[in-house]
Amino acid sequence: MNTSLFHGQLVRLAAPNPETDAEALSRWQRDAEFLRLLDSDAARPLPVAQNKTDMEAIVARENSFAFMIRTLADDRVIGFIGLGRPQWTHGDAWLGIGLGDREYWGKGCGTDAMRVMLRFAFTELNLHRVSLGVFEYNPRAVRSYEKAGFVLEGRTRQDVRRDGRYWDSLWMGILREEWERQNPKSQDSRSKARTAG
Amino acid sequence: MNVQLFEGERVRLAPHDPDKDAEVESRWTHDPEYMRLVSADPVRPLSPGQIKKKYEEAGKEKEKSQNRFSFAVRTRADDRLIGLVRLDRIEWNNGAGWLALGIGAAEDRGQGYGTEALRLILRYAFDELNLHRLSASTFEYNTGALRFLERAGFAVEVRRRQAIQREGRRWDDLFLGILREDWERLAGGR
Repeated sequence: MNTSLFHGQLVRLAAPNPETDAEALSRWQRDAEFLRLLDSDAARPLPVAQNKTDMEAIVARENSFAFMIRTLADDRVIGFIGLGRPQWTHGDAWLGIGLGDREYWGKGCGTDAMRVMLRFAFTELNLHRVSLGVFEYNPRAVRSYEKAGFVLEGRTRQDVRRDGRYWDSLWMGILREEWERQNPKSQDSRSKARTAG
Repeated sequence: MNVQLFEGERVRLAPHDPDKDAEVESRWTHDPEYMRLVSADPVRPLSPGQIKKKYEEAGKEKEKSQNRFSFAVRTRADDRLIGLVRLDRIEWNNGAGWLALGIGAAEDRGQGYGTEALRLILRYAFDELNLHRLSASTFEYNTGALRFLERAGFAVEVRRRQAIQREGRRWDDLFLGILREDWERLAGGR
């Protein structure tokens, strides 16, 4: 049983520390493939000072929930995850994730972090749904999102241009009722917590 | 080359004039039915002063990023403000952007003004900004906008299930898209 809201099986979500994490971010940004998988901006590495300023701004924003992903085994920072742009009246927010450290690709750390983040979204923020966007050329991410329970809701055609051709953006979402169906255990632990008080 | 990008038959795309327009735009924000057609934000009336401030902030933002082109829609007959149209969140590296359009007063809707304004802004997007595609978002309950966009060549691409809660029930948020080739096929002679 999970006793902490921020702990998964392999990773935990931790508060960003711009002092030290900005350096990790700059290291990951040397990897253009990582940047192209992350968003549709023109890929470019940023200096540590810039990343530090950007991170401080994100941390200060009350309306976004950004965390660093740390391994449980050795507390290493391997990426980041966050929920942003919440529409509180509608109970919808956008999820973003990046695993900067290639050593940890394809090992279930991203999926694990997604599960922790979704539990946070549905049991702490009490959202009705969570949304995300991903690119056609990132099938590994799509598989991981599907494993976490996301459903494909459509594709914007020819939305991103990389290496001389156009690629679709894919849009995925998960509803509270879908998440609850897939996570009956956390329902149990919640009602136990209530009776324990 | 006869270039008329801003003049339609009965409407024109014109620069904003906050001093003159704020009064009218403030009136639109007092109409919850209209506001719920164009925005997912909680409806709330804005004063002319608040509208002016919004324009000042948008101006600063534009200087920084150059990825937003916003126009007032005015009647050619009497230069009256009837709506707003804008392209924003433009990603120059991908040739992609988002369209938003609204005709503010109920009595000005259904007159073909919106169709003209849409024709002008699409030409601006594809012929002047040289974009590759445009996206637009509307809500399941806004069947008028849906028909309006589909008639102009947009296709529904994404259905974000239950993303909007209004009047005690859930509605889907729809993303529509039009590619340059769709527009060229339809707008041939421009």
